[in-house]
Amino acid sequence: MKFHEAVLGNGLQIVAELNPAVYSVAASFLVRTGSRDETEGESGVSHFLEHMAFKGNDRFTADDVNRIFDEIGAENNASTSEEVTQYHAVFLPEYLPTVMEVLSGLLTPALRQEDYDLEKQVILEEIGMYQDQPSWVAYEHAMESHFKGHPLGQCILGTTESITELTSEQMRAYHARHYTAGNVVLAVTGNTDWDVLQEQVEQFCGGWKPGHCDRIVTEASPVASAAVLERESSLQEQVVQMAPAPPARSELRLAAELLATVVGDSSGSRLYWDLVDSGEAEVAELGYNEYDGSGVWMTWLSCLPKDTERIAARIAALYAEVNRSGVTEAELDRARNKVASRVVLRSERPMGRLSSVSTSWMYRGEYLSVEEELRQLQAVTLKDIQQLLEAYPLRQVTTVAIGPCGSLNFG
Amino acid sequence: MQLQEIQTHTLANGLTLIVEPMRAVQSAAFSLLLPAGSNYDPPDRLGSASVLCELIMRGAGERNSRDLTEALEQLGVQHREHTGNSFLTFSAASVAETLPESLRIFGDIVRRPHLPEDQFEAARAGIVQSLRSVEDEPRQKVMIELRRRCFDAPWGLPSDGTLETVAQLTPDLCRHHFESCVRPNGSILAVAGNVDPAEVIRLTEDVFGDWPVLADPVPATAPRGPHRDHLSHDSEQTHIGVAWDSVPYSHEAYYDAWAAVGVLSGGMSSRLFTEVREKRGLCYSVYASHTSIPDEGRVLAYAGTTSARAQETLDVMLAEIVRLQEGISQAELDRSRARARSALVMQQESTMRRASAMAGEWHHLGRVTTLDEIRSRIDALTVDSVLQHIRQFPPRDFTVLTIGPQPLEVSVEVP
Repeated sequence: MKFHEAVLGNGLQIVAELNPAVYSVAASFLVRTGSRDETEGESGVSHFLEHMAFKGNDRFTADDVNRIFDEIGAENNASTSEEVTQYHAVFLPEYLPTVMEVLSGLLTPALRQEDYDLEKQVILEEIGMYQDQPSWVAYEHAMESHFKGHPLGQCILGTTESITELTSEQMRAYHARHYTAGNVVLAVTGNTDWDVLQEQVEQFCGGWKPGHCDRIVTEASPVASAAVLERESSLQEQVVQMAPAPPARSELRLAAELLATVVGDSSGSRLYWDLVDSGEAEVAELGYNEYDGSGVWMTWLSCLPKDTERIAARIAALYAEVNRSGVTEAELDRARNKVASRVVLRSERPMGRLSSVSTSWMYRGEYLSVEEELRQLQAVTLKDIQQLLEAYPLRQVTTVAIGPCGSLNFG
Repeated sequence: MQLQEIQTHTLANGLTLIVEPMRAVQSAAFSLLLPAGSNYDPPDRLGSASVLCELIMRGAGERNSRDLTEALEQLGVQHREHTGNSFLTFSAASVAETLPESLRIFGDIVRRPHLPEDQFEAARAGIVQSLRSVEDEPRQKVMIELRRRCFDAPWGLPSDGTLETVAQLTPDLCRHHFESCVRPNGSILAVAGNVDPAEVIRLTEDVFGDWPVLADPVPATAPRGPHRDHLSHDSEQTHIGVAWDSVPYSHEAYYDAWAAVGVLSGGMSSRLFTEVREKRGLCYSVYASHTSIPDEGRVLAYAGTTSARAQETLDVMLAEIVRLQEGISQAELDRSRARARSALVMQQESTMRRASAMAGEWHHLGRVTTLDEIRSRIDALTVDSVLQHIRQFPPRDFTVLTIGPQPLEVSVEVP
């Protein structure tokens, strides 16, 4: 695998990890914008715009975009998070020129009014769909409470009200502000040629408006809160809890990933042995989410309603024990093996490498080969874990429960 | 495409091994399918396979539950256990060097599990909680309940059982499920990755060669549920499931059937996505997919939409499905084929996908088709052959199930 990077005259960055031994190519345009970058009155615009991107530009209609991706058998999709909007495709090497033309075209959409009005209905349906998924509702509510007053608390989908009121003029203004070349990274992995790729990108993106968008990345300082959302007809109680963890650029990031694996992986972790293996909880996991400037320890719990308070207290006791005594060398070693194995297996497919390569570049402006990723994992010691726990102890600062319980006491 | 060198080897006790060496990768993956799935649950004790599948990982051979999990973690084995209608499936992937040790551990798991009685309640509680979660997620529930209404039992039954039947299970029943169903005859082990087939054959003989044959159990059959049904739920959306008959995977016209479903739901330019979502904005999610049991096939379709627009969504879906018989275009067929071709090429990048695809082929066909062979079947499709198939097996007699605040009318029907 060979790494290349370049910057176009207008500021668009290209990073590529090329590998002639694989069969496909994966490419993603990442725009450094998401719900945290929305101003008042435009809640949900980033995600809505991601949908509108597929409605065509001055060269292609919506039908063209869908048809062309299908004609070449590409797997393509897009997603919007709190801080990144990305458009990706996986395809066979011979289709590079077609993909570059259509994929790059998504970032300069025509935003036609009739398409806008119709797609608004789809967005409202998507909001309705997520309302029927209790775990999503809990997650969204927890993000909002945890980051209250901080841009990371702004929800991705928006609400029925904010989407209904949003105008295409607001979307155009948002697009002009955020979809500038300096705010975009193109990441490519797999079997293609660097020189050809650069030519293609220059041809299709060289004319994009330069510009860069800054965001305030002050670390959030959440205030403790708990909320209970009652759904009488539900059978399970789901709980999402959050606490501060290292930001994406922190030196403690890998230690955090490993600690989350030791304490709260879906199998073989402390939470697993204590709560899932015993059948008390359906889900009891700890995850680490990294953001620009902030980070989150996220606890997921799904259990019988009557057990909720008791299990949340058990998790608190378990976290306190970890904060006090750390983890063992054997636990850390198994977690390293687990994470290393995921890195290696994922690396066999270009799509698997794409997220590592692009996340690393977007958040840290660095490239790590598979070997370097493995080396850094091996280098994490118990001392790093200790330092991590001192700076970011495991806690349950924000709690949101959803389910049949009308009220719950989380201590 | 690279020339594939797939080898098969059937042990004297009836376990079939399929191996595909893949030189460009570092990993090896396997899928081990045991013919002991939920089809063999006693009809009033559904869920015995599923609880067994939870219990079987809790200690085997020389290792207790924790030692076993930790041994797999130490080897860097990513694994997943799954209860299906036909099979209990064990899938695992790791770097190729650890395949022998990983396979030996799984040999213990399926042949020498402890099935500890004192952990039965914990294993059952896990299944009960996941069944309760499905009740809270109508999007999942509608497809599980749709299968029940379009396949006869045991094929349509939910593989985790139901809250009522799982409550009736005992440790003895799960042990009985193990003793009467888990066997080498009819089991399939598919291995793909950076391996030497001769070594894998030796290893498999060593791990499974002396596993004694058991008589094949016979599943109990029963009629399917109602053709038209509505389940009331105070959800935001109405969740719509539609099913109709198709041919099974083993049928000579399978690829025609697959192409017809591709025209309906093969990509973002397919008819359901275009007509229901893109032109009318009726929903976020709409799809149809082909599913197969050994002698029967179905197409299962889904849409989820706000209740006020649910009737229109169902009407448009059914109209599009019925309209297939009026014709398809060369361009539509070409797009389906392009998607299939690229998916086939990309399958070669994933040891896990190859292992599971080969095991599935053996189950349905009793042989493994090479990717080249599948590609030539896809190349041979024509608009006429697909259309002829659609007219021979027209979508009709729809099973329709809705979950949501209000029932819907099935207003479109063909003779």
